[in-house]
Parts: sequence; C-alpha cells; structure tokens
Amino acid sequence: MNEMQNNAMRPPVRPSRTNAVVRQASDWVVTGLAVLSTFLVVAPLVAILTYLIYRGASSLNWAFFTQVPAPVGESGGGMANSIVGSAVILGLASSMGIPVGIAAGVYLAEYARGKVLGQAVRFTADVLNGVPSIVMGIAIYALIVMQQKHFSAFSGGVALAIMMVPTVTRTTEEMLMTVPNAVREAGYGLGVPKWRTIMSISLRTASPGIITGCMLAFARVAGETAPLMFTAFGNQFWSARLDQPMAALPLQIFVYAISPFDEWHRLAWAGALVLIVLIMVSVTLVRVAASRGIMKGNQ
Amino acid sequence: MGVGIQVENLNAWYGSNQSLFDISLHIPANHATALIGPSGCGKSTFVRCLNRMHETNPIARATGVVRMGDVDIYKESSPVEIRRRVGMVFQRPNPFPTMSIYDNVASGLKLNGFRNRRVLDEVVERSLRNAALWDEVKDDLKKKSGASLSGGQQQRLCIARALAVDPEVMLMDEPASALDPISTSKIEDLIFQLKSQYTIVIVTHNMQQAARVAEKTGFFLNGHLVEFDQTHKIFTNPHDKRTEDYITGRFG
Amino acid sequence: MTEPTNVRIPHITVSQPSVNIAAEALEVPTGPSPVRDFLNRRSSGRVVDGIFGSAMFLAAISIFAIVVLIIFTLIHGSQLSIHAFGWKFFVKEIWDPVNGDFGAWTFIYGTVVSSLLALAMAVPLAIGVAVFLTEMCPKPLRTPISFLTELLAAIPSVVYGLWALFILVPIMRDRVGPFLTKTLGWTGFFGGDNFGIGMLTASVILAIMILPIISSITRDVMLAVPQNQREGMLALGATRWEMIRTGVLRNARIGIVGAVILGLGRALGETMAVTMVIGNRPQIVKSLFAPGYTLASVVANEFTEATDDTYVSALVEIGLALFLVTIVVNAIARMLVWAVTRGTPSRAH
Repeated sequence: MNEMQNNAMRPPVRPSRTNAVVRQASDWVVTGLAVLSTFLVVAPLVAILTYLIYRGASSLNWAFFTQVPAPVGESGGGMANSIVGSAVILGLASSMGIPVGIAAGVYLAEYARGKVLGQAVRFTADVLNGVPSIVMGIAIYALIVMQQKHFSAFSGGVALAIMMVPTVTRTTEEMLMTVPNAVREAGYGLGVPKWRTIMSISLRTASPGIITGCMLAFARVAGETAPLMFTAFGNQFWSARLDQPMAALPLQIFVYAISPFDEWHRLAWAGALVLIVLIMVSVTLVRVAASRGIMKGNQ
Repeated sequence: MGVGIQVENLNAWYGSNQSLFDISLHIPANHATALIGPSGCGKSTFVRCLNRMHETNPIARATGVVRMGDVDIYKESSPVEIRRRVGMVFQRPNPFPTMSIYDNVASGLKLNGFRNRRVLDEVVERSLRNAALWDEVKDDLKKKSGASLSGGQQQRLCIARALAVDPEVMLMDEPASALDPISTSKIEDLIFQLKSQYTIVIVTHNMQQAARVAEKTGFFLNGHLVEFDQTHKIFTNPHDKRTEDYITGRFG
Repeated sequence: MTEPTNVRIPHITVSQPSVNIAAEALEVPTGPSPVRDFLNRRSSGRVVDGIFGSAMFLAAISIFAIVVLIIFTLIHGSQLSIHAFGWKFFVKEIWDPVNGDFGAWTFIYGTVVSSLLALAMAVPLAIGVAVFLTEMCPKPLRTPISFLTELLAAIPSVVYGLWALFILVPIMRDRVGPFLTKTLGWTGFFGGDNFGIGMLTASVILAIMILPIISSITRDVMLAVPQNQREGMLALGATRWEMIRTGVLRNARIGIVGAVILGLGRALGETMAVTMVIGNRPQIVKSLFAPGYTLASVVANEFTEATDDTYVSALVEIGLALFLVTIVVNAIARMLVWAVTRGTPSRAH
C-alpha cells in the first residue's frame, strides 16, 4: 500500500479465507452483543415500571389522595399532605426559578451575544447544573434554614428553584437564538422599544420551545429528594405554611421505604407510582414537542 | 404628507471599518429617490442611518447631520421616536411569524399601546388596500398567520405594516429583490402611487426599477456618493465616468 | 480619461410604470392623523428600556452570585473541621461521632469503588446501546428505544432506590450472590455474609442510573462522526463491526471518554438510591457483599442528626469536597465532548 492512504483507511485485516470467516463471525457476535445490551438496558425500565404498577396501583384509592398518614401501626391513611406539599414547593420553586432563568436567557441572547460576560454566565450556569443535589441542600440549609432557625417549605422551594435555573436559562437562550434577526429588525423598524420587541416579538416567537424547557426543568426537580432533606424536611401532618416544614412526595417515599413498617412500604410504592406518572407525562410531552420541531424553532 | 431629508457630512463605521464617507444630499419631500450602486457600496448602510437602524448593530457608529423636516434626528430625537415617523421595508419580507395578518399590520400601533379597536380596523383595512393586498386577504385577516402568505404577498404585508403607522418617510431596501417579476411589478406600481403622499427612498440593484419609479437618483460607490441628480440625467447623461461605467454595465 | 460621451443608454428607458391600481386611488386620511398624533405622544421607552435591561442583567449576574454563595457557604461551614483535622481528614479512616473524631477516607473509598464498579458495568452496555441505536437499529425502532432510554434518565433517584430495596436486594441476596460466591469466591471479593445490602447492590443500581447519560452522549458523539468515514471503510470491504470500530468509534473515542467521565461525575454525586441499599456502615472491607458508605450517603444520613458543631462541620467539608470534585470531573468531561461534537446540532437532552 502506498503512503498516500492514511491509517484509518487501511483495511483492518489481510484478506484470506479463515480471516473472512473470523471477521464475519465477529460481526455477528458484536451485533448480538449490541442487541443484548439494548435489551439489558430496556429491561430494568420495564421492570421498574411494572413493579410500580403491580405494587402501587392497588393502593391508589380515594383515601390515598385525601388523607394524611395514619399513625404507626394502623392501616389506611394516605399521602395527601405529601402530594399537596410537593405541589406547593414545586409551585414556589417554579415561581422563582422560571422567571430568573428566562430573564438570564434573555440577557444572554439579546444583550450579551458574543460578549465575554455572556460566555462566563453560560459557563457558570453549567457549573451550577453539575452541583450534586445534596450539596445544594447543605448550602441552602446554611444560608436560609440556619438563619431562620427552622426548616421551611420556602427554603425547599429556593433549593429547587436554583436547580431549575440552569436548564431554563440554557433553553431560553437557545430558543431565542433561533428567532431570525430580521424579525427583531422589523420590530425596531416600527419604532417598538427594545424591551417591547423582546417581550412581544422575540419571546413570543420562541415561547413554545421555552415552555418546553420549563417543563423539562420542572420534571427534573419534581423527583428530587436530597435538596429537600435539610430544607423542607418533611411533615407528617397537614401544613400550608411556607415558613414551616412541609411534606414532599419524594421525601416521604424515602422515609417510608427505609422504615420497618409494611404499611408504609405499601404507601411508598403508591407514592412512587404517582410521582413516576407525573414525571413521565412531562417527559413525554417534551419529547412530542421536540419531535414536532418546536425545540428547533420551527413554526 | 411627507417631509424632506437633508443629509450633511454623514460618515458611518462598523467597528473600525468606515463604510460611508462624507455623504451630503437632499431628499425631496413627496418624491421617490433611488439609490443605486454595486454590492457593498454603502447604500443600505446609508438608508439605515436615516432611521437610526444602523445603531442596532453594537459596533456601528455614525457622525454628521441628518435633518428630517426641521429635526436633527441624531441630536434632537431618539431612535425609537424617529423610527415611528419612518417606515422601513426590508430586502427579505419579515412578517411576525406568530401574528395573524391583522395583527401584523396593526403591530406598529398595538405594540406601542394603541387600543382603539375601531380605528385599528380602519387603519388595517386602509393600509392593506394601499398595499394592494386587501382583496387577497380580507377574508382571512385574523385566521391566517403572516408567515403563511406567498413571498410577494408577505412583502406587501410588510409594506402595509409600515404604512399603518402613517409615516412621513418610507425607506425601502431592495424591496423586490427577493421576489418574482409579477410581484416586483406590483410593488413598483405601489411605489409609484405612494410617492404622492410619502417621501420614498428606495435602494435598488435594478436600474430599470430606479428609472421607472424615481425622480432623483444617487449613485454610491465604495461608500462615496459619486453623483446625485435627476434620474433621467443620471441614466442618459451622467457627469461622472464612474457613473457611466456602472450604468453601462462595465462593472457591478 | 475620456470625457463621458453623450450616451443614450438604450436598455434603460425612463418611462412611467403601468399603473395597474390606477382605479383604486390611495386612500389617505385628510386632516390630522390620529395615528401620528398618538405615536408622537408616546414616550420613547428609554426609561423602561433601561430598567428592563438592568433586570435582565441582574438575573444573569444572580447565577454568579448563587455559585459564589454556595462555595462561600461550604467553605465557611467547613472551617471548624478544617481547623480540627487539617488535610489528614481525607485520609483518616475513623468516623466516630461519639468522640468527635472524623475522617473521610472510608467514604472516599466507598464512593470511588461503587462508582468505578458501576462504570465497569455500565460503560460496555451504554456503548452497546449507542452502537445499536446509531449503526444497527432499524429506523422504526429507533425512536421508541431512544425514548425509552430517555425515560430511564427521568426516573427519580428515590424511585430507583425503592425498587432496588425491595426487588434488586432479594435478587442479589438469593440468586446473584450465591452464584458469585460459587464462581468467583476465590478472589476474596465475594465472601462473607450476604444480605443483599452492600457495595455490590449499590454499584448495580448506580450502573443502571448512569447508563442513560453515557449512552446518550455516546450517541451524540457517534452521530458527529462524518458519514464519509463510514462509507470509506465500507468501500474498502470492511464488515459492519470493522466499520464501526475503525470508522466511528476510533474517531469518536475522545468524546466517548468524555461521556464516560460525565457518567462518573453523575455517579459520584448520586445520593438517594445509593443510601437506600449500600448499608451505610463506615467500614472498608474486601467483600463486595459487605455494607459500605459513600460521601453523599453519609451526608444524607447523618446531617439532620449531627449534634455538635464539629460533626456538622465535618459533613459540610465532605459536601465541599464532593462539590469541587464533581465540578472538575464535569468540566473535563464537557471539554472532551465539546471538542468532538463542536459544530454539530445537539438533540434536546
């Protein structure tokens, strides 16, 4: 072979009869392994979902959704306070995290394009995204819980809000970048001030993708337990106060699962099923939106 | 009624590259003025200086005086205020994709806070009629989005949108270059009609177009205004050899 | 230079355009224009523009502020522990809350072992799935299967832990454990009591959890390899596996390393599922059946019960260490992946 052929293009083996058989056999073996891997990956998912339904569905009765946990040793009761608590905390988190995330994304796409500050913000958002959720819990504990001297739904909301920000920021920025500059110029040309152009034209054009990004961020924090362990802390009873500990579904599942009581285990399965359904629905919606080209900015 | 524009010693830069050198001319009110020249000669930049759109580029800079009517648009006004008095039509049609036809035309008013429904309806209809688009879209005003029209229709929609704010000046940056011949001729007819009411500045690559539509024509080359005169003089008896070379097709 | 001649340029006739719309004269409002008046009266929005821009800027800056606050809080909270134990903290094997003596080595060991074991199990499978999906999978199956791997990534840690606790643990205890003792017991890694709760089970569930991210990034990286590489190999008579190995995987290997490191980063910080099945005992034992402890688990387990300040401070210092390590690992991973996929459009993760 002459030197002009680069290494990657050289045939991998010298042609010969036995070689041909070995090569073909290797090909089949590897194909089989690949198929097997896929199967082994899909199997746990199917297994987990099946078990959740199997163990949890039977406990999903009216009481489950409306009652608080029964005292230890008694049967019945539900996880109503956890479900409501999660809703409250997630609502808090979204109301703080989504506006900040969208605003930061707007800044990156509309004010800081190409500037060093923009790159620094983007990099920092990536760093924030990689913080282990338990560490987030420690930090918020020190920042808020220790100052207030009590656990609170509010601190839990803050912890989850911070975790939502990087995802929302990145999606907002990406979606705004797909808005053609010609559309912005049309707005400026009409004498529309920049802020109004951003709100009524750029954001509106990018809104399907931005909403999808928010749903993604929401689905991600909906299942988070670790950040809530030292902030919202959990609560066995009904509580609607933001400055008191509050129950949350993932947290409660954890507490029940590691407890020694069968009754609580049953509730844990049911709670996990509810949580999974909520998250799966969000993820599926995001996938549908992505396949419709919304994430690419197609209209 | 339109206003005249007086330009004195206009210089413009993108970053450190100077793109306009000492441009001075007078654009007469209620007439159409064409700007011709090869690609990259600065005519688009010039037009964008007239409504301060040039500034939307963060590294852009301009010095000199541009007087619209009796207002120095750089020293005595703000970009937003000027752009409300000047309508702009861009090279590629750019209707707002998420808005209906009605909302597109009304956007210049609605986005600036105008609420009166009845007046809006009137303005939208009048603008679409003046842009020769009314008959084609009058049944789908609120149902169809602006982006669902054909290219030529979209451009006329953009013209209607610009007309709706009742500007005193209309700037058109190669409005027909992305369109087919039939749409182009429709738009030229439009310009011919509009110039009785507005001051029009049209940038064009198409010399026939300039000749058909404009009373005065300016020839730009490499950021300089080489010649500015009555259209028929420019095309039949230009003063400058460079103008003649361009017109006869020797370059550009 | 000759004078410009008096040239009548024939191809340009200065004439009037045919006025097709002559019938419809322009409708122009006479008298004062309400529209112009309205617009002239509107403010130029300069003030609001300024406020708006500042608000957006503040939001972006707040991201800096948050990260700085977190780092500062962690450092501040670790002061007590740092002063008490110094750097030896990270190599000491003692964890004695009763006597106030703390060292993180046990947890570092547990984290590293469980993560590496998980990687060893997950990486081949992840690459196998990625290879299957990008090179072998029939088109109609592609979307459903990749969607399934995405769902796998969306399952919360606590649900994985629940499943692992009640389903995986019995399997490891009753089937896999004895099998491993029989076949590989001679290595010394599979001896002693096996209650299903321990390092091995934790590694298995960890492997399942990091699989989707490694697979997904590997797929991105493989898709970024230009098609002509594949075609070149096939044109030379390579079998499909040879084409994949030399044409795709070799070109993508930097990115695949990045994907693996990203999986490692995920494994290092994983808390809930591991806490539920690792046994939470601060010890270093050779057998993989024995319970262990990881950095994240000890924090999750003991933080709310830590009584004295040094105890809390030791846990915060562990959190700080975890934070710094994950940042470094993730940064390296992202750089490697970015180097390979730069310029190619990414799928929505």
